[in-house]
Amino acid sequence: MRAVSPHPVLGILVALVTAGSATSMELKDPYFGEALFHAYQGHYFEALERLDAEMAQHYGVDEPQLDSLYPHIDHAEFSVGDFELHYRMHQRAGRAVKAVLEADVADPVRNEAAFRLARIHFHKGQPEDALRALEVIHGHVPEDIRDDIELLRANVLMALGRASEAVDVLRRVQGSEDLKGFSTYNLGIALLRDERPEEAIRQLDKAGRVKGRQRETLAIRDKANFVLGTMLLEASEFEWAQRSLDRVRLEGPFSNRALLGAGWADASAENFERALVPWSILAGRDATDGSVQEAMLALPYAYSKLDVHGRAAVLYERAVKTFSHELEKVDASIGSIRNGAFLKALVREEIRQDKDWVVRLRSLPEAPETFYLVALMASHHFQTALQNYLDLADLRKKLVSWQRDLDASEDITRLRRAYYELLLPDIDPRFRKLDAQIRLRLEQRKHLHQRLQQMLTAPRPDLLATASEQGLEARLDQLAAGLAEASGPEQAALRLRIQRLRGVLTWGLETQYHQRLTDAHAHLRALNADVEKLTAQYDRYVRTRQAAVHSYVGYQPQIDGLRGRVANALERIDVLMARQGHMLESVAIRELAARRERLEAYQNKARFAFADSYDRAVKAQAQAQ
Amino acid sequence: MSDLLRDSQSTVARNSRRQRRERRALFFDPFHHRSVWTLVLALFLLSGLAVSAEEVSNAPMRSLDEQVQEIKSDVLSIAAELSRLEEKLLYPSDTQVAVFISLAEDEKSRLDSVRIQIDGELVAHHIYSFKELEALKRGGVQRIYTGNLPTGEHRLDVSVFGKLPSGRDFSGMETFRIEKEVGPKLIGIELAANEFGNASIEVGDQ
Repeated sequence: MRAVSPHPVLGILVALVTAGSATSMELKDPYFGEALFHAYQGHYFEALERLDAEMAQHYGVDEPQLDSLYPHIDHAEFSVGDFELHYRMHQRAGRAVKAVLEADVADPVRNEAAFRLARIHFHKGQPEDALRALEVIHGHVPEDIRDDIELLRANVLMALGRASEAVDVLRRVQGSEDLKGFSTYNLGIALLRDERPEEAIRQLDKAGRVKGRQRETLAIRDKANFVLGTMLLEASEFEWAQRSLDRVRLEGPFSNRALLGAGWADASAENFERALVPWSILAGRDATDGSVQEAMLALPYAYSKLDVHGRAAVLYERAVKTFSHELEKVDASIGSIRNGAFLKALVREEIRQDKDWVVRLRSLPEAPETFYLVALMASHHFQTALQNYLDLADLRKKLVSWQRDLDASEDITRLRRAYYELLLPDIDPRFRKLDAQIRLRLEQRKHLHQRLQQMLTAPRPDLLATASEQGLEARLDQLAAGLAEASGPEQAALRLRIQRLRGVLTWGLETQYHQRLTDAHAHLRALNADVEKLTAQYDRYVRTRQAAVHSYVGYQPQIDGLRGRVANALERIDVLMARQGHMLESVAIRELAARRERLEAYQNKARFAFADSYDRAVKAQAQAQ
Repeated sequence: MSDLLRDSQSTVARNSRRQRRERRALFFDPFHHRSVWTLVLALFLLSGLAVSAEEVSNAPMRSLDEQVQEIKSDVLSIAAELSRLEEKLLYPSDTQVAVFISLAEDEKSRLDSVRIQIDGELVAHHIYSFKELEALKRGGVQRIYTGNLPTGEHRLDVSVFGKLPSGRDFSGMETFRIEKEVGPKLIGIELAANEFGNASIEVGDQ
């Protein structure tokens, strides 16, 4: 069995959760560590709950510098802001960071706080405030956030319509290895906004050729190539556009749109044969995608341009069938949404366990309402509304479970009351009796102690006589008293004997005095150990007795208050969920209606084009014969 | 018929051009994959990618968003009060004991499970998910057990099971003596494994 070292969770290295912060430090506060444990798993509600409680306790103590959170308080303040931001509480986020900013802190801490505050303002859609916060930054800036600050500054300037200044800022971070590809791409877009298309194209081309195998690098490379290809296509630079679009990977979020664009680049250059390649690939993909639907019309169009009318007719016919099937799906989706299935599907727990849950939703055969959800997710407002809806659903679940917890708490107090109120009336009088005895004995011990102390300076051998010696002394006193009135030689001899006996007793007391005094001290020390035991037991009993009462008294008002607050919150959540859900359904139905309209138009076009291609194919066959 | 075809083709081309115009407004955030805040930032900048869903008025959405934030704040405050109530009711400070698990710095092994026994009684047996393990590796601290103990000396048994980077299993068990005094007792357990498959279990208390 090993003994436990004197201090707790020391020596644990932690890299703080905050984006861009690589600060490592020893973590001494297990509850702060627990908040981080939740945050690292994406459980921001639990992280906030833990950290809020820990910080409230920290600020509530008389000497915060002695609290275990004290060495981490700046980072805890930052973390609260981060967690709030992650939990989409933008209104609250920043409050804690502002507190750091207003305090007298070192340059790196103040600058990091200013950066975080700027970021929060930017997310809230307040670029002016974000810029003001960024302007506070001066002196030593932590290296790990230097580039991030400049990038945020560029974004803020862009949001303020100051593209030219954003270009200058972005030029300064072009060498950053961390921002490889991203800074080049953003510079390209800033140049485009600054109406410098030629320079923008050069930057985007550079971003489209950036080397790297990381997922992020590949994604930005695809994006740069796609945007550049699209721009060049509009500028009628078909060859160049085609080369850019060809650089987009076949698997990836831009793949479908890039294939469509590559086909159009070829078709615009009258190279229909080459356009067949990307469009053929695209037409075979998932037909719920808008680009795929467009390719299903574009592919037979290319064939017809190549005078392959028979093949064109077959493909137009296939398109008609696909559009018809897609229309059925859209109708099913709209119907399903109207029946309330959309909102139910969104909160399905087993789906949300998967990080690609939105994509998976689409593949559920029994959930037609979610086929087009991925397209809806492209809208920031839809995403915000959806996230809010999901957060509300989670809060609702928590509140319902807390109602059960409160019932259980009430049960616990009721059962404890029933148990203790039967026991205590019997226990208390017995304790009072024992208490009186204990007090008496303790008083006696105190008295003995005082006497022994006095005897160190004023010896009193008689006080150390044993019980039998005291009995003998009393008997001799009695005998002496009986002889007091008598006279004669016999009595005189008896008195002499009594005196001799007294002398024997006194001899014993006097000669054994020091030994007896030592023994008495030793016995008192032995008694001290028993008294300590008794006192500990007494204290334990008093604590237990107090704890027994505290275990059921005084909870009811708090439970009632919480029950009221939970009920009130549930009521508000139900109203909000209904409103938010209605909004989501309206947006989804509107989007699906627009899709339906487009599909109908596509279907009509495909029908007529099919007839036209069929006629031409028949004519061509007749001519050939 | 050919007019209709032209019409169809021009619609396709028009749609394509419209999408191209929309895409023009893209402005990419390089931290998209690094954190959620940058996702929001990217989405803000991606607002040029408007689809018909955005035709919906933003004002009620914002108002709802603000109300959602308010209710989150309220529920957090309820959660805090409920935690205090539960702690007071179930784990009074005189008898409270809490056990925390953390991993040693740069720990490379994969922790599968931890078992905690106090005075011979199994009080916690946790099997780690991937997310939990990642959180521990990044420096998070898991509260694996909260309970009550009377004052005095107690026996704590900690067993760990896992896999080394080489794929070999490792396990370990250690017994500690803990002294519970009046007031809450926090016990920290730091775990590590060496290349030979021996687990190191360090316990500290407060």
